[in-house]
Amino acid sequence: MSNIPADLKYAKSHEWVRVSGGVATVGISDHAQHELTDVVFVELPAVGRTVKAGEACAVVESVKTASDIYSPVSGMITEVNKAAADNPALVNTEPYGNGWFYKIKIADSAELNVLLTSEQYALQIGG
Amino acid sequence: MLKRTCLFSTHQKLGGKLIEFGGWEMPVQYTSITDEHLAVRKAAGIFDISHMGEVTVSGPAASDFLNYVFTNDIRKLKSGQGQYTLMCNERGGVVDDLYVYCLSPDVYFLVVNASRVAEDVAWLQKQAAAFPRSAELHMNDASHNYCAVAVQGPRVQEFINACLSGASNCAARVPKVTDLKKNEIGGFLVNGHDVMVSRTGYTGEDGFEIIGNESCIAQVWEAVMTHGKPFGIKPCGLGARDTLRTEVCYPLYGHELDEQTTPIEAGLGFFVAWDKGDFIGRTVMAEQKAKGITKKCIAFTMTEKSAPPRPHYPIWANGTRVGEVVSGTQSPSLNIGIGMGYVPPEFATPGTVIEIEIRGNHSKAAVVKKPIYRKS
Repeated sequence: MSNIPADLKYAKSHEWVRVSGGVATVGISDHAQHELTDVVFVELPAVGRTVKAGEACAVVESVKTASDIYSPVSGMITEVNKAAADNPALVNTEPYGNGWFYKIKIADSAELNVLLTSEQYALQIGG
Repeated sequence: MLKRTCLFSTHQKLGGKLIEFGGWEMPVQYTSITDEHLAVRKAAGIFDISHMGEVTVSGPAASDFLNYVFTNDIRKLKSGQGQYTLMCNERGGVVDDLYVYCLSPDVYFLVVNASRVAEDVAWLQKQAAAFPRSAELHMNDASHNYCAVAVQGPRVQEFINACLSGASNCAARVPKVTDLKKNEIGGFLVNGHDVMVSRTGYTGEDGFEIIGNESCIAQVWEAVMTHGKPFGIKPCGLGARDTLRTEVCYPLYGHELDEQTTPIEAGLGFFVAWDKGDFIGRTVMAEQKAKGITKKCIAFTMTEKSAPPRPHYPIWANGTRVGEVVSGTQSPSLNIGIGMGYVPPEFATPGTVIEIEIRGNHSKAAVVKKPIYRKS
């Protein structure tokens, strides 16, 4: 059974966002890390890069495959999680904690409204 | 519509994650590729390999025919012995790589790649039709009759005899399964059902491959899981099968091998017998031996932190793009990126510094001697 915290918003492509003071922290869901298993590499965007919602801006690699991470919201990257780049297993062990990917200054908060609630995301993944 | 093996419900019960492979719906992993990989390196693992194809070739002309269509020398095989060999076209390109077993004089059993069964059978039939003694040949694609499992790992020899009772009743007539030597094949019983067992595998570890019909392979799986449990056996998917074979540099058809690549280029010249007379592809391969080749299959390891190399990533040397990765992954045993690829021979010497282009960035790697992983 996947852990789907109720206080986060989710993208259909399995990223989560946690909003605090106009900045969103982005990571991948417990379901996504479980599907990937064995995360061996995390490639993060450059700080200062501007991305659009839905744009591929990071990569997570398991033993088997490389998967793009799509930004759930538009904005500018303000911080990336070096700990996850140094120790990619954090994405598996703490997907909602120390396994986060990046922080982004939200350009258009209306985009948050089209993201899924925890209930909607649970329905999507059939869990 | 994807084909399913007779172990499909077993994979579902175990929560195996299913993918398409060679027209089959197969488990890529059950829990984690890394855990399954390490189980095989340290203890034991069981794989469903029912998707592999089986072809029998028999008759008084069988050995002469197979020696003409395969690169290795089949005359070296006594009853009960098998060998790795390649089947090539006139250009020396590989139609398939396979295991051929001599079950008895004039009876040969071929185990071929799932993705190549149709091509192999068509090629063999075409060659047989043109063979002078075609009337003395009989060929049968028995792929639909057989299911198979591979049981691999250093501790397998401690429990495999408990899974398969009695002495071998055909081919290599040994008192018990563990008396089979590497590449030997014998006939044994599982709950009264006949199975063929060979001491072979695709992991670089000691192990056995067990081939039987649909009615008994699930019982084989259960017996192996039960007797292997105290030794730490894990069910393993195609993901671990791929990382295990990549570490020991075994080729996978469609990656290291295709119809445009010769065994010489693939670094498999050891399996080409020059003293057996003519065989298909010989002219081209002999010319390559004499005059040299333009591409060679190398093994490499990443020498700086990078994403894992993957198939089709460009290989660079001295500022020029010189080749392409054909297999690549993060090595679970070594915890570094590893792979194989094709480059011109001047870049194929172990120690040569190369770069792998990963999403536009170049990361340093070094050509290494095969295999990449050796048992310590």
